[in-house]
Order: sequence, then C-alpha cells, then structure tokens
Amino acid sequence: MNKQDIAESWAAKVQTLPGERVELGRAEPLRLDCGVELGPFTMAYQTYGTLNSERSNAILACHALTGDQYLAGAHPITGKPGWWDMMVGPGKPLDTERYFVICANVPGGCMGSVGPREINPATGEPWGLGFPVITVADMVRAQILLLDHLGIERLFCSLGGSMGGMQVLQLAASYPERIFAAVPIATSARHTAQNIAFHEVGRQAIVADPNWCDGDYYRHGKVPSRGLAVARMAAHITYLSEAALSRKFGRRLQDRSGVTYGFEADFQVESYLRYQGSSFVDRFDANSYLYITRAMDYFDLAADYGGILANAFQDTPVRYCVISFTDDWLFPTSESRDLVRALNATAADVSFVEIESDKGHDAFLLEEPEFWDTLRGFLFGCGEQLGLAAP
Amino acid sequence: MKPRDPRDLRVRRQASKIRADLQLIADMIEPGARVLDIGCGDGALLEHLVYVKQVTGRGIELSQNGVNACVSQGLSVIQGDADTDLTDYPAGAFDYAILSQTLQATHDPRHVLEQLVRIGRRAVVSFPNFGHWRSRLYLLCRGRMPVTDALPVSWYETPNIHFCTIRDFSALCAEVGVTVERSLSLDAGGRAAPQQSLRLANLLGQSGLFLLRKA
Repeated sequence: MNKQDIAESWAAKVQTLPGERVELGRAEPLRLDCGVELGPFTMAYQTYGTLNSERSNAILACHALTGDQYLAGAHPITGKPGWWDMMVGPGKPLDTERYFVICANVPGGCMGSVGPREINPATGEPWGLGFPVITVADMVRAQILLLDHLGIERLFCSLGGSMGGMQVLQLAASYPERIFAAVPIATSARHTAQNIAFHEVGRQAIVADPNWCDGDYYRHGKVPSRGLAVARMAAHITYLSEAALSRKFGRRLQDRSGVTYGFEADFQVESYLRYQGSSFVDRFDANSYLYITRAMDYFDLAADYGGILANAFQDTPVRYCVISFTDDWLFPTSESRDLVRALNATAADVSFVEIESDKGHDAFLLEEPEFWDTLRGFLFGCGEQLGLAAP
Repeated sequence: MKPRDPRDLRVRRQASKIRADLQLIADMIEPGARVLDIGCGDGALLEHLVYVKQVTGRGIELSQNGVNACVSQGLSVIQGDADTDLTDYPAGAFDYAILSQTLQATHDPRHVLEQLVRIGRRAVVSFPNFGHWRSRLYLLCRGRMPVTDALPVSWYETPNIHFCTIRDFSALCAEVGVTVERSLSLDAGGRAAPQQSLRLANLLGQSGLFLLRKA
C-alpha cells in the first residue's frame, strides 16, 4: 500500500466511524498542562440511553489506555462487543433505561478524537510527534467542555477502570461541583515506578521499529506494526495474572505434539500473545500509544496538592466507591487502600470493596458478578439519595 | 444468575426489625447525625440508622463478605480494621462512633476507645460482660474458661481476645478520661435491665452498653 492509500484509507475509515463528533475549544482553546493551547479540536463520543428532563441521570464512563468510546454493541472496526458491553444496556449495572451513559475517546486517542494521527489544521499534515503531550488533567478538561456542550451541569456519576479511574479521580478533585458520585476502579492516584517502567518498555519497542520513522510514519506510508505489537504483548501480560495464564494455557503446546527445538510459537501462551499483538495493530495507532502511556506516567494527583493526597479531596461533596481486585498486580489493592486512607482523612463519603478474582487487572472488563452487584447497589443508593426517579 | 435488584431491599428495610440490643443503640442516636459504625457486619444497624433515622452513615467492616453485602445494598462501607484504621479520620468527624460487640475482638481496646472519642463527639460501645454470674460460676465450678450461650466458642477458637467485665470497662473509661453519659446492662435477649448498681449490673448483665464522650 503506498502512502497516499494509507492516509486516504484512514481518513475514509474515520469518516465512516459511527457515533457523535463535536468540535470543542473554538471560543476558547484548551490550555494544556504542557503550555500549548489546543483548539478548536474534535471529540468523538458515544451515548447510550436517554438524558432525563432534569439532566440528572448522566454517567460518564472513562476508557482505559487502549479503550475507546465504543462501550456497548459491536465495535465498528473489530466487530467484537464493546469493552463494557456486559455492563451497559437495559437491566445491566449501567442500566440504559435509567441512566444516560456517555463515553468519549480521549484527546491523543485514535478513534476520531484529536490525536497524533489526525490532521493538524495548521499544516494540513498528520500531527505525528508535533501533537502536544497531554495529561490526564487535560483529558478531564476536554470532558468538561464536552459536558458543557451537552448541557450537563452535574454528572450523576463518573466511573472507569485503570486510566479511566485516573480520569474519575482527577474530575472529582478538580471539578467536585460537576459530579455527584465517583467510582475509580482498579486504579491509583499515581502511576508507580513499576508501571512507568512497563510503559517505557512498550514505547521503546515502538520507537525501535524502523517503520516508526521518528513518528512520521504516516507520511512515509508505513506502519510500525511490529513495535506496536511487541508493546501490546508486554503490556498484555501485566493485565493478566499468573493464575489466569496457568488456567488458560498452562504449558500446553500450540497444535503440535512436541516442542520444535526452534523459535516458533510452540506454546499456546506465545501464540495467544502474538495474536493479541497483531490484532491490536489493526485498531490502534502507535503514536497514540506513546502519548497515552505518557499521560498515565505523568499522573500524580497528590503532586498538585502539596504532595498530600488528602488535600485533593478536602471538603469533597462527592460520594466515592473505590473498587479493586485481589489478583491485580498492576494496580494492586494497596494503591486503592492509600486512596481510601486519603479520603478518610477528609471524612469523605467513601465505600471500598476488594473483589475476589484471579483474573488480574483485566477483571474490571470481565464477568465478575460481585463487582457488578457492588456497582449496581452503589449506583442505586446514590440514585435514592439524589431522588433519581426509578424508570 | 438472576441479577439482584436493590429495589427489593427497600421493601425489606421498611418491613424488618433489628435486634433488641441494636435498637437500644439506635435509640441513643439523634436523627440526622453523622455516624460511623465500626464493625458494621452485614449492615443491619447502619441500614436502620440511614433509612429510619436519616443519619449520614458510614461503616467499617473487617470481613470482605460483609463489606460487599453492605455496599451492594447502597450503604457507604469500607473494608478496614478498628485497630489500625481509625487514626485515618480527623477529630470530630462524626457525631457518633459506634462499636457494637467488637471491642473484645480488638488487639488494643484502650487505643480503640481513645480513637472512638476522638473521631466521634460521642461514642457508643457495647460488649459481652465477662462478669456475668454464669461466667463466674462456670470458672469457679469447672476451673475452665466459660463456654456459655452468650459466648459459645472455646478459648482457642474465639475471635474475642480481650474480654472484660462491665466494672473493668468503667475503670478503663475513668483511666483514659472518658465520661460515661449513660450505661445500660442488657439481658440475654438484648433488652435493657432496670436501673441497678454497678455491682448488680456487673453480676446480672449479659452485656454492657455505654454512651461516652471525651471528658
């Protein structure tokens, strides 16, 4: 495929992506943490359910590193169910007969919101590495602009796992008046050294791919797919657990009766990781991966509040429900516990549940009935407190 | 699995009655107060306080099953330990800090008591009374640690590691400078015994219930 074809095929693909798209930051640009002013810029988002006449039933679901706005239903590129398809819909924990669920692609992403793959209006070329470095706080500033656009003064709830949980915490800390309840799931108030280290491995895999072309691969008609696939493979291991890998694969061999004394994918786990890597390349942009991992690395909520996390939540009116999973070693329960301790120091209204699961960090995306019951009950209790009418 | 509908709970809440001893605690709480229930179990008392007395209620519970049950009923509860986690809260954060039938299971009851009156303007504490005549008689006659209807678990299995009598607890309150506003001794059914001397209360009460504040 020549470079013209790649650029055009992507532009055509974006145009056909279903869902809403809005131009924000026209009246006033978005002031990013890095000092750059971004605007006007595009945000792509999806909504599920109906906004009630009081505009009081809106839930903002925040996606994780490699997620996007397609929560429920078939994903337009992969054809597979959306990342929270089991969670969102009539009668499900995020009941679309009761709540109006919004999910937006983060700035820096690659599913229609502004990001390195999109065209920089100043140059007429893809942004590439010219795209400004964004932070979790910048993502949240963009969310606020989106809420203004939708005419939603106060969210009923913001929730999300992993990087989504970071956005929830940032929103609750920076804009407590815009949110009634917050559910940070499998997340942390700061990215740990170990997590930064894993991200750096992924980024180095991408930049070491000769097709990366110093981030300018769009114009060269290339895709650093090997680097991105390796980044995904390494990251994917951190989303699982030893128990989950053993249960799923053990030492079983892939379509063969014995080892081949070579370097093919002898083991099922190798074959699985290779598949995860190669299928990821079809739906994700390598530069977006650099930008979004960086945003997570920079996240340290306490740093903006004199190094004391509790100060981020001083006199907070927000109701919190912190959720972690026992076998998550990427965002372990201890991180959630630190968060709860900080919230207790301000006597905030907080619930904290650790869900028994051996599925690792990915548990928040999987079928975990106890997790769903917790979420359903918490949202119901909040709805009662707020006088949210039952459907 | 059929999803649980929290709406069913509201019906149950309005229909159900709570245990007699929990009702006595609830009677001590002013409507609309800020309440922390430490060792809230499955949330029976907390639920009653939130939905009948309209308190702003929080709970701490050691067992994860208890916490999950509470939160999925819409209560604000965290997994935590009375021995270690009370220090996280600021002074005067609550109008009432409740510790129901839990003091005897803590590692450092004196520290817990001090924390209760620090974070709550008032504290409500109930505990089994080891000075009850049955316990005394059991120990006197058999020479072994009492196993009674009220305390059915043998010494090597019980989570209750710091037993005390009503007189012991009164003495501890005096020692750490805690004022006893009210004290009740409860019978086996958790009902309040008529007013009596400390000596009789300590002999006849199955458990003690105290309303406290910092002196």
